[in-house]
Amino acid sequence: MSATPPPPAPIASRPRYARLQTRRCGAALMVADKSGAAALLALADDAPELMSKASVVLCDAAEHAPALQARGAARLLQTSSTAGLSPAIATLLGDARMGLQVFLAGAEGLIAQVQSQLLSAGVPLGAIQAEHRGTAARRMQCVHCKTVAEDVTVDPYICPGCGRSLYVRDHFSRRVGAFQGVCIDAETPGEVPESVEIRI
Amino acid sequence: MQTLKLTRKEPLSPRITRFRFEHPEGAPLPVFSGGAHVMVEMQDGPVLRRNAYSLISDPLDCSGYEIAVQREDHGRGGSLFMHRDAQPGMLMQIGPAVNLFSLNLAARKHLLIAGGVGITPFLAQLPELARLGAAYELHYAVRARDELAALPMLPDTTRLHVSGEGSRMDLDAILSAQPLGTHLYVCGSARMIETVLDTAAALGWPGDTLHAEEFLAPAPGEPFEVACARSNRTLTVGPHQSMLEALEAAGIDAPWLCRGGACGQCETDVLSCDGTIDHHDHWLEPEERKRKIMPCVSRFRGRLLTIDR
Repeated sequence: MSATPPPPAPIASRPRYARLQTRRCGAALMVADKSGAAALLALADDAPELMSKASVVLCDAAEHAPALQARGAARLLQTSSTAGLSPAIATLLGDARMGLQVFLAGAEGLIAQVQSQLLSAGVPLGAIQAEHRGTAARRMQCVHCKTVAEDVTVDPYICPGCGRSLYVRDHFSRRVGAFQGVCIDAETPGEVPESVEIRI
Repeated sequence: MQTLKLTRKEPLSPRITRFRFEHPEGAPLPVFSGGAHVMVEMQDGPVLRRNAYSLISDPLDCSGYEIAVQREDHGRGGSLFMHRDAQPGMLMQIGPAVNLFSLNLAARKHLLIAGGVGITPFLAQLPELARLGAAYELHYAVRARDELAALPMLPDTTRLHVSGEGSRMDLDAILSAQPLGTHLYVCGSARMIETVLDTAAALGWPGDTLHAEEFLAPAPGEPFEVACARSNRTLTVGPHQSMLEALEAAGIDAPWLCRGGACGQCETDVLSCDGTIDHHDHWLEPEERKRKIMPCVSRFRGRLLTIDR
């Protein structure tokens, strides 16, 4: 008689997301991409009082800017790509104080990248909320050559840095802001399973 | 517990006295970390008292442990024993240092807020902060100037607030001006801690940056009966006795660490409850309060309480 193997234990570092909820705060920072903007709009409708304290950064989501302006965002910055996010957020963090609450919405890669920047600036983890919307693509770090690959959609994937085939793990580094990719054929060189699409 | 010798006793303010304990043979004591406390056992006539006191000496100084005790004229008697009966030369039982209020070393800055005798845990953290070169800000609030204790042990940058002289602490201003990554530590009366934590939460400080310590004395109350299912005994808890003390007096084993409702060690399952539990602890979550009790500080009113001891 063969017993069913127990399901693998979930990886504790795998981020969990939830709907953005209003919180009392001294100031609010909101960041979203095209798919996440709707989450910010829903939050603004739930908690209109939040918007007068809110600095909003939209990443490649210009079409949502008028709606967020209309809801009274105190400040609105726009970037055309995730690469432009970092300087915009650094500007907003310049005069931030404890009491700042952060609301992130959109792709996991955007959430991971921004959260990593916020943590290194001293924003406490407990002040950051994130709602995942849109693509299941991940921001991956190769544990061998440390290259970070954006928008990885298949598992295994080829590391753009060292060319290894990497297994997409649920292990997540908050500091780096990326999931960990590990060589899939280290013990059986050349035996690489066919890539499958990553699902949420 | 270890036997230490009381070597020095000196006033720090009209109501607060410093006590120094050393090893009877001069052996070094273990180092600790700032914010730690020890349990001090006092044989007060027929009554064995155990009170927790924050260590106030430099955590790396192994030559002795120092505590500061505020005299509570209407307390249960421990602080009065220390002030009246404890004398240099006496041997006393002192527990190991336990820290439930340590600095978070990942913080960018430490905001320390002390009310009255709540300055004590910070006195041991100050040398730690100095060694780390960490950014910090110490606020010390009292009602009247003669309550200020240990001023020579405090840095010049300490901000004193004496409410009787109109220099009440402006919490909103202090908590709104802190850089990202600041952790807040508050020690003082229950009311002060609640005010500080509520203000911080209202301003958007997340719970993972807030730290508080208050040692609760077991509240007195009406005597009550408690049935101990595992030991198959029923005890009466006296009006000035805690349930934990009643268990110990009856020889029933119950673990403990802080005896002040903060550490969680003495958490006990409630098997049945025909009446009302008066929870006084800082440990149990609201949803646990129907099926658990902290015998160090909490009491019962009603017909019968049965616990798993």
